[in-house]
Amino acid sequence: MTTLRAWLADPNPTSRRQARLGQLWLAWVRIRRNRLAMAGLVIVGLLLVVAIFAPLLAPHNPLTQDLSRRLLPPGTPGNLLGTDDFGRDILSRIIYGSRITLYIIALVAVTAPVLGLLIGTVAGYFGGWIDAVLMRVTDIFLAFPRLILALALVAVLGPGIENAVLAIALTAWPPYARVARAETLTVRSSDYIAAIRLQGASAPRIIAGHVVPMCLPSVIIRVTLDMAGVILIAAGLGFLGLGVLPPAPEWGLMISSGRKFLFEQWWVATMPGLAIFLVSLGFNLLGDGLRDVLDPRSASR
Amino acid sequence: MSLIEIENLSVVFRAKGRDVRAVENVSLSIDAQESYGLVGESGSGKSTILRAICGMAPVSGGMIRIAGQPVPTPRGRAFSTQVQMVFQDPYASLHPRHTIDRTLAEPLAIHGLGDRDSRVVQALTDVGLPPAFRFRYPHQLSGGQRQRVAIARALMLKPKILLLDEPTSALDASVQAEVLNLLNRLRAELGLTFLMVSHDLAVIDHMCDRIMVLQHGRQVEELTRDDLAAARMTTPYARSLFDASADRMLDSPTEPAR
Amino acid sequence: MSLLDVKNLRVTFATETGLVEAVRGVSFSLGHERLGIVGESGSGKTMTGRAVLRLIRPPGRVQADAMTFDGQDILAASEREMRALRGKRIGMVMQDPKYSLNPVMTVGRQLTEGLRLRDRLGAADATAKAVAALEAVQIRDPARVMEAYPHELSGGMGQRVMIAMMLIPEPDLLIADEPTSALDVTVQAEVLSILDRLVRDRGMGLIFISHDLRLVARFCDRVLVMHKGLVVEEIAAANLLQAQHPYTRGLLNCLPRIGGPRGPLPGLDRTGAWATEGRT
Repeated sequence: MTTLRAWLADPNPTSRRQARLGQLWLAWVRIRRNRLAMAGLVIVGLLLVVAIFAPLLAPHNPLTQDLSRRLLPPGTPGNLLGTDDFGRDILSRIIYGSRITLYIIALVAVTAPVLGLLIGTVAGYFGGWIDAVLMRVTDIFLAFPRLILALALVAVLGPGIENAVLAIALTAWPPYARVARAETLTVRSSDYIAAIRLQGASAPRIIAGHVVPMCLPSVIIRVTLDMAGVILIAAGLGFLGLGVLPPAPEWGLMISSGRKFLFEQWWVATMPGLAIFLVSLGFNLLGDGLRDVLDPRSASR
Repeated sequence: MSLIEIENLSVVFRAKGRDVRAVENVSLSIDAQESYGLVGESGSGKSTILRAICGMAPVSGGMIRIAGQPVPTPRGRAFSTQVQMVFQDPYASLHPRHTIDRTLAEPLAIHGLGDRDSRVVQALTDVGLPPAFRFRYPHQLSGGQRQRVAIARALMLKPKILLLDEPTSALDASVQAEVLNLLNRLRAELGLTFLMVSHDLAVIDHMCDRIMVLQHGRQVEELTRDDLAAARMTTPYARSLFDASADRMLDSPTEPAR
Repeated sequence: MSLLDVKNLRVTFATETGLVEAVRGVSFSLGHERLGIVGESGSGKTMTGRAVLRLIRPPGRVQADAMTFDGQDILAASEREMRALRGKRIGMVMQDPKYSLNPVMTVGRQLTEGLRLRDRLGAADATAKAVAALEAVQIRDPARVMEAYPHELSGGMGQRVMIAMMLIPEPDLLIADEPTSALDVTVQAEVLSILDRLVRDRGMGLIFISHDLRLVARFCDRVLVMHKGLVVEEIAAANLLQAQHPYTRGLLNCLPRIGGPRGPLPGLDRTGAWATEGRT
């Protein structure tokens, strides 16, 4: 353990891999000192564990209906968080729902930021008419209300998880493009970019190897902070019946179906709501912590 | 034949609809293995001349020739094996998220040169850095060490011409001495040609054979090293620069500058 | 009697990697004179200047056996008393006027604000005083400068405005931290002579912090040479060329000279006992 730490903290790494791992370790040390960020990390980690081991953790099949046991309150033996109007175990549904939530988050996280990063860095690096065209396109997408655009897309393509993700990704990329472009503009005029240009590097090489690493931290922070919004939009689409289709245990959908009994059987809508709240909070805390760790201005120490 | 020839160079920036003439009608020629200095205060256009040579500032008039050939636009890969530059601020000229190894290996990768490991280690040794620093990040180095890395990077492609843009003005005096010594040693060993910019007349005098004094983008006077040592300048501006040089202050410690 | 007395000043920072001592027991006293503090980056010279005004923010900590300004204990003073001291009795000029002037206020408003709030002067009186201060730092067209925003001024002009602003409350002590490092040499000489004249005419005390030994030697009466948070040598400026300490000598010798020899510059030998003194 101590030798591993010494190897990671070695000021003179002997390989590329050791240098990179050493930097990661430093970041980990820094984030570990931030309690709120650690709380966020624990919540996000829990989400991962729950999603992976859902079949082991869930006490019941999330789809099995049992009309004799419908709308049982929380605390009922065998149904810790109660049952919904079809007698399905809410806890099991929330546990399985985490898979859907994670799936949506993962899909959005690999599409929207990549698209935004590409458009933002290209616009920022080349400037001129390329910048003008790309940024006006970005403006157009920004001007659409997110949920409405997502609604329109789902309405055209039909409801379903992939279409929901596509709709969210298409509305989520413009902020990343803006962040990446702003970062690129400051990086573009720096001496190290001038130096690499003077070495004869091509534009794609400069963008991919030298500009993107500088934009990545702010985009990652932004992505983490946006995840809460993505979960909420996914839930919103589910709630409106435009996302995941019943009977899949999606959290937004669960709230929607619980709405009818909100006053008499409050837990049906509240439990998945709490799950959404908790996961959103986790991502927000983590994003704030990452800002402290990854921000190039503070990492220069 | 001169290695670098600049004829009537003019650089005009367009800023907010106004034309700013950064450099006007500057001509100079530098022989191979010579060390030439450009000196002047801020706004004199001295750095702009270096940037114009590299294609980082717009040439709006005149001609730049390297080894008799007009420089191509854009400068291209062949140019980067002829001319390299060392920047003023070593804190800004190294990529903060690349290891020293990556910074030094990148030019080799761009030009498809092999044998990178041994070349990187050799480059570090040449500039007086321990090979153990190879996988450090810039923030783990001091200012002087960073500037050594920047010099090593500039020499990776074995250029004949090194453009030095105030290479020591961000460094402490003792570190400045080390870096200047390193540059002089490398010039002698590798037969390099220097075109150096500085606001410090004493530094330029120490490094260069010939000096051009610039003011407001125009050339004021060209001096040899002997002219400077004997204070044989003919223009009042060159003289005022000479008199205000920090190096001269100790010569008359009782009388403050007026 | 001395204006400022500092005994065994220590400035420490608690960082991720442990305690960093930026200043490690600096003592000096200052009369109505020009004291230079010289050192390389990381020598603690700036921290010493800031500590006198208690301008060191957490996680930095200032400790001293004694620190008195004109009989008043700076260490024991409340934050309110410190505010009354700063600007009013002890002025500070920083390296770069760009960061010290408010970019969205005209120079005139910044100059008169203090006069109107603190000294309760009328608009006309305050303006007259501000114009007089600008004239004192040899600004030829004070009316135009009063109307200008900081970005419309050149570096030399901005630094003069900063000095004028510091001088309006007629402080007894001025701390100038690299006031001319960002300026061209010809402008530098002018700003220095302005400072010099003000110190002499008003009998102000001056702490002049700089990395440039030659500049300090020429401009100050007495010089403290700092290295890694310690004062390694205190010497009358006139005798600086005869300095004995190897560090001071090294600093002087490693500078190139016009018409000097072309061989390698002597480096600074950092192997002496002074270089490792008191390090843990």
